[in-house]
Amino acid sequence: MAQDDHSGAELAAADSSHAAHDSVASPGTALITTDGFENPGFPPHRPRVTDEDPKRAKRAQRTVYTLFYLSILGSVWAVAAYMLFPIEGNDVDAVRLNNMFIGLGATLALFGIGFGAVHWAKSVMVDVELADERHPVGGSPETRAAAAQVFADADRESGFSRRSVIRNSLIGALIAFPLPAVVLFRGFAPQDQNPVELLNHTMWKQGTRLALDPSGAPIKASDVTIGSAFHVIPEGLADLEHGKLEEKAKAAVLLMRLEPSELNELPERASWSYDGIVAYSKICTHVGCPVALYEQHTHHLLCPCHQSQFDVANHCEVIFGPAKRPLPQLPIAVDDEGYLVAQSDFTEPVGPSFWERN
Amino acid sequence: MSTATSPNGTQPKQSFTSAASVYVNERTSLAGFVKELGRKAFPDHWSFLLGEVALFSFVVVLITGTFLTFFFQASMAEVHYDGSYVPLKGVEMSVAMASTLDISFDVRGGLFVRQMHHWAALLFIAGIGLHMLRIFFTGAFRKPRELNWVVGFVMFILAMGEGFTGYSLPDDLLSGNGLRIIDGMIKGMPLIGTWTSFLLFGGEFPGTAIVGRLYTLHILLLPALLVALVAIHLLYVVVHKHTQYAAPGKTQLNAVGPPILPTYAAKAGGFFFIVFGVLALIASFFTINPIWNYGPYDPSPVSAGTQPDWYIGFADGALRLIPPGWEFVWLDRTWSFNILVPLIVLGGFIVMVLIYPFIEAWVTGDKREHHIADRPRNNPTRTAIGAAGVTFYAGLWAAASSDILATHFSLTMEGVIHALQATVIVGPFIAYFIAKRVCIALQKKDREIVLHGFESGRIVKLPGGEFIEVHQPLDEYDRWKLVSYDSYQPLMLRPNARGKITVGQRVRAAVSRWFFEDRIAPVTRAELEAAHALHHAPAPAGELEAAQSSQH
Ligand code: HEM
Ligand code: FES
Repeated sequence: MAQDDHSGAELAAADSSHAAHDSVASPGTALITTDGFENPGFPPHRPRVTDEDPKRAKRAQRTVYTLFYLSILGSVWAVAAYMLFPIEGNDVDAVRLNNMFIGLGATLALFGIGFGAVHWAKSVMVDVELADERHPVGGSPETRAAAAQVFADADRESGFSRRSVIRNSLIGALIAFPLPAVVLFRGFAPQDQNPVELLNHTMWKQGTRLALDPSGAPIKASDVTIGSAFHVIPEGLADLEHGKLEEKAKAAVLLMRLEPSELNELPERASWSYDGIVAYSKICTHVGCPVALYEQHTHHLLCPCHQSQFDVANHCEVIFGPAKRPLPQLPIAVDDEGYLVAQSDFTEPVGPSFWERN
Repeated sequence: MSTATSPNGTQPKQSFTSAASVYVNERTSLAGFVKELGRKAFPDHWSFLLGEVALFSFVVVLITGTFLTFFFQASMAEVHYDGSYVPLKGVEMSVAMASTLDISFDVRGGLFVRQMHHWAALLFIAGIGLHMLRIFFTGAFRKPRELNWVVGFVMFILAMGEGFTGYSLPDDLLSGNGLRIIDGMIKGMPLIGTWTSFLLFGGEFPGTAIVGRLYTLHILLLPALLVALVAIHLLYVVVHKHTQYAAPGKTQLNAVGPPILPTYAAKAGGFFFIVFGVLALIASFFTINPIWNYGPYDPSPVSAGTQPDWYIGFADGALRLIPPGWEFVWLDRTWSFNILVPLIVLGGFIVMVLIYPFIEAWVTGDKREHHIADRPRNNPTRTAIGAAGVTFYAGLWAAASSDILATHFSLTMEGVIHALQATVIVGPFIAYFIAKRVCIALQKKDREIVLHGFESGRIVKLPGGEFIEVHQPLDEYDRWKLVSYDSYQPLMLRPNARGKITVGQRVRAAVSRWFFEDRIAPVTRAELEAAHALHHAPAPAGELEAAQSSQH
């Protein structure tokens, strides 16, 4: 049996034009027509199949409790799966099974409750619709007047408006009191370091050998064949006790060898390469991802983050993408034993641009 | 009923539940709340479920996240991994990464909860986004709900913050790379960039502080703010009562729907379990964020085609679309417009989203409360603006996958970027135009249907020999859905009390004209009568007349 709570007549009278309590509010440029249609009121209630057919109603009830029982089954299943599918040492498949069977049990447990409850609401519970009256959100004029009176009383009793010196000094104090808390944030970074200073230097020094990333083995110039590319770190980086990643984030280098004839070097950097071997910072000048993809035929370096491309043959100029500056070049030479070494640190800061960089 | 008390005051035996409810009520005044809220009518529509998807996935995120905190260790101290996952044995990594691997491989059910947490986070943000679109396109942000739009907006931003901080916690290659990008963007900001990055990371990037700091944000500050805002958001829904779509009997003065107790509570409660179940199902079968494949963070290696979580994509895409060379040295300082421009453009876009309700209210000047949600077609300009915004966002989002688009469709990187640059700039205008035309066409069709009925599919032959299709008139209930909407006229410029036309008024009039000049007004009674008269007049006696009267 469906019970309908709305008294049709009363509701039919109210149309959707913005009604009584709102009549004072301006409609702005809304078109107010006097010739609109009347809200016809609620249509006649339509019973559901489960309201009319006792057999269907019975069946719906059965479905609901079956779903709830299935949910219990699912919970039991998940608990059993927890025990039956242990993660045996070093077996990735065991992890997968454990995950899947616990998950399926939990899914059944949740779906059982969920679909059961929704089905109960839709097919078994009495199908009523209610209509609540809305009241203006701002409250009645009496309420508003009472609230204004409260503020007026509070103001009079405290003298908040009248005693302006007291009030203003309080406002001043309230503005000032969080300042110490802001200052405390200075402690977020070490007091004795200057970021600009740090950004201007890397681990590379005159004579630092170029070493393979990650093994740390130094590289002989003779091992660098034409067309090859090496991921390089400064020798000694792997042994650092502290700050390994911070140093690596600045010092990572790509080493490539081109036909010397293909290299178009700037005159002032003619001595920075060795027999077609060049070393460039691997840290993108856009926002700092490692520029790790080298295309041998074109001599292009591609940054996987935002697809900036750098032309190694042309001192790593940007040929596409949002980066602006070429990758900084590391001047290299060969030591007595034939190992590649740095001539100095980079001559400019590596990595993303920053305000104080110039 | 078990609660019945006999008239002479003696209490017959009470059931446990009624005794318990009496006990609780006498200490909490709960009966008042139940009386007030229990039988409130709650309007019902599928599109109202989107907010519930967001809410319920948030609950799942809270539950699963709390479980994870018992195992996760937010430390960047270096250890050699010694867990069950063989390929990484002995590899140096942070404690954070190692503990996340332990959650995945050594805690039974840990992977399940971790995956559910991540999937729920994705669904949470998707739910908020779709919910916002529903609110936007139906005008549910109008008075008195503007402030709740602002609350929802702030939650959307915080949710993205939650997502990003969470993504950064495991300290794997991808999360570190994401932080590297954030670091680069912060460094690119004028004046404060370098120091902001230094403070955030506690020294040079990556440092050993960031995971711990993000962890505090991720599990304390942001969730606390979110929970508080969710509470405010829902409180507003109670205060305002839910909007409803135009339908016979529904007015600006009522809220029509099933009562909270029992029907709405059962449906919503059931829906919570369904959302939870869907997430459990996904987490049982689909791996997400397999950090064991990525390895620990290292500033040097990176693999191509890696993606941030979907909701960060639009920002990543914006960075990609900047043409080369947008960076200058001026006054001895570096100005990174390749970073500033995306930040400003995205910031502007987001601010527009935030203030749109106030702009529309200013344009219409409508100070009435609005409780009937619009059909999107009935406010063509708003709908078109929304379509433009969605297109803009989608273009940026696609740009975050520019490399994947290029390789999948064998296109050049340059070609894809240029096409997407065009999409982001021109696309919104095209989308605006199309959406507006479609809305107006739909409105015209609605008018047609109201005036002339809908096509019944029945063909009759007129005595004159021609064939016509019988149009069946709408009943008054169906008609009401098509004619009961707000229509606005363009603002007429009028001098104010001092005989002047202010600049503000001029701007408002211009915007108002843009909004409403090609509006389609709802059918009036007179128009309908005129249309009927027209129908009947030429109709000769015979078949057609018979066909029509049988409809009435
Ligand atoms: C009180 C609320 C929350 C708690 C206690 C919590 C807790 C955690 C913990 C401990 C982790 C790291 C462990 C791991 O990845 O396995 C984590 C990761 C994560 N969290 Fe949360 N979280 C909460 C809310 C959120 C919210 C609201 C979101 C998103 C909107 C979110 C998104 C993430 C993501 C994306 C990860 C990375 C997970 C992965 O790598 O698979 N979390 N969360
Ligand atoms: S970080 Fe290299 S292109 Fe953005």
